[in-house]
Amino acid sequence: MLTLKLALRNILGAGLRTWLNVVALSFSFVAIIFLQGIYSGMNDQVERATIDGIYGGGQFWQKAYDPYDPLTLQDAHARIPEELTALTQNGQATPLLIRQASIYPEGRFRTILVKGIDPDQKVLSIPSSFLKSTEEIIPALIGSRMSQTIGLHKGDEINVQWRDVHGTFDARDVRIVEVMKTSVQEIDNNQIWIPLDRLQMLAAVPGEATMVVVKSGTKPPPGVSGWEFKSLDYLLQDIHAAVTRKEISASILYVVLLFLALLAIFDTQVLSIFRRRKEMGTLMALGMTRTNIIGLFTLEGALHSVLAACVAAVYGVPLLGYFATAGWALPKATDSVGFALGEKLFPTYSAGLVAGTTLLVLVVTTIVSFLPTRKIAHLKPTDALRGRMS
Amino acid sequence: MQNSVIVRTENLDKSYPLGFGTLHALEKITLSVAKGEFLGLVGPSGSGKTTLLNIIGSLDGPTSGTAEVLGRKIESLSHKDAAQLRNNHIGFIFQTFNLLPVYTVYENVEFPLLLLGMEASHRKKLVMDALEWVGLAERADSKPAQLSGGQSQRVAIARAIVKKPEIVLADEPTANLDAQNSHHIMKTMAQLNRDLHATFIFATHDEKVITYLKRKITLVDGRIEKDENMAPQGGA
Repeated sequence: MLTLKLALRNILGAGLRTWLNVVALSFSFVAIIFLQGIYSGMNDQVERATIDGIYGGGQFWQKAYDPYDPLTLQDAHARIPEELTALTQNGQATPLLIRQASIYPEGRFRTILVKGIDPDQKVLSIPSSFLKSTEEIIPALIGSRMSQTIGLHKGDEINVQWRDVHGTFDARDVRIVEVMKTSVQEIDNNQIWIPLDRLQMLAAVPGEATMVVVKSGTKPPPGVSGWEFKSLDYLLQDIHAAVTRKEISASILYVVLLFLALLAIFDTQVLSIFRRRKEMGTLMALGMTRTNIIGLFTLEGALHSVLAACVAAVYGVPLLGYFATAGWALPKATDSVGFALGEKLFPTYSAGLVAGTTLLVLVVTTIVSFLPTRKIAHLKPTDALRGRMS
Repeated sequence: MQNSVIVRTENLDKSYPLGFGTLHALEKITLSVAKGEFLGLVGPSGSGKTTLLNIIGSLDGPTSGTAEVLGRKIESLSHKDAAQLRNNHIGFIFQTFNLLPVYTVYENVEFPLLLLGMEASHRKKLVMDALEWVGLAERADSKPAQLSGGQSQRVAIARAIVKKPEIVLADEPTANLDAQNSHHIMKTMAQLNRDLHATFIFATHDEKVITYLKRKITLVDGRIEKDENMAPQGGA
């Protein structure tokens, strides 16, 4: 307690030197929490949007389906099994049929996926109700990215060509009935959504699907023969891996920030020990042991991080709080990161993040403060009183 | 009371390696100091005064021989025990005052009592008493940088005597002071010697200090040349 009291007196008494270090260190606190909050928010936001848009509460894949191998699509369909039909009938799941096709926007060939979805489904956030139509022409739904890249807009018609299950080529015109605004690229890029029953008919696979998406919170039936259940953990692993990669690259920035702040503290400690040798000698003459003095100087250094945490709280809480509620506006080019981020990113700061960052900075500061003070262990009181280092 | 010996050295040597040879700072020092003495170690620079004072204050140890302070053998004390001896029984006054710059006068004087773990109300009384003795009670809230040299040394004296130690060691206490302040400081210490019965040992070559001494030990080249009782003329 005495050491703490003395250390606090000493660093507050050191005035501007202390506050410069404290402010520099507080920047590190805020920057680390902000950057981590950004990635945590990115993870949450992408997860939420993707779950709502396409993953639901998990997906049953027809056993031949492999999203990374387009050649599997031709055979990736099967009759929806009874266990899953029961779920789809009471609105707890929705089947999707996926077929490869090609279009010729402005005369250029483009391979796309045609996805069939039930217009009445409520499992996914895709606005499938626009696909309800009694007209002869097939209604189609596309995403805003798809609309932009191929120049198709609401009301436009385009010819779509595909092969049915028997390998027969066929072609039909579809009309774009809605351009959906979505941040989820997995339901947007190179895709056209049409009513499930129409696609089943065109592909000659009535009653069949490629996957069945289960509604969030619905317990999937176990052991569905010929179908594999892919849990959210499995489906989200690519997103998590991508966010982790981005976190690692961002961590370089905060390691640099932290390093600069710690360098300032290390310098202050070295300078303190050099300038305050006489003071150390006096403290020894007054009855402090070398261990007491090492403890005192180490604590002085470590207290910088405590003060920095307080200073960071003063301006960091309102600043980070503002971004957490108002969001961080993203430039349009952000789409290229491949995430469903939308127009704004909302950072999230957990108690664990704040406590973990505080603990990390405190521990590292204490170590950095302790390193130069080890010299005191060899200091003779008589040398210290003369202002010399032993 | 005056007869009990509190410092005793016998054949005390202190030497330091110097280049390829050895510097003998103290040689065969044998002396004893009784409680309540007002004693000066005098001699020219390099005669070993400060070295002897440091050994008595347990800041340094002898190379050979023995030094016994308040019944404890300095040469066999651990760092911790030596610190405890200084903390409990010895007060130091330095030539350059050595006040802690970020503390107020009050906090500087209070510091040894904090190390003793004394409770706040008792501390306050002792600190104010000590500041009264040296006539600086009204400057309790000042920082050392706001004090004159004479005032700083009086704060250092207050810090040395606040815990009422058995021994006060003063190394050239007047070297940085003018004549008027030097006499003031010495009168204060002589008064404290009488009132508190603390033993004062000075290392000095200042004639003004010497006039206040009751006993003078002259050191030359690390040896005791003369040990004489004095009749204080400085008003002590």
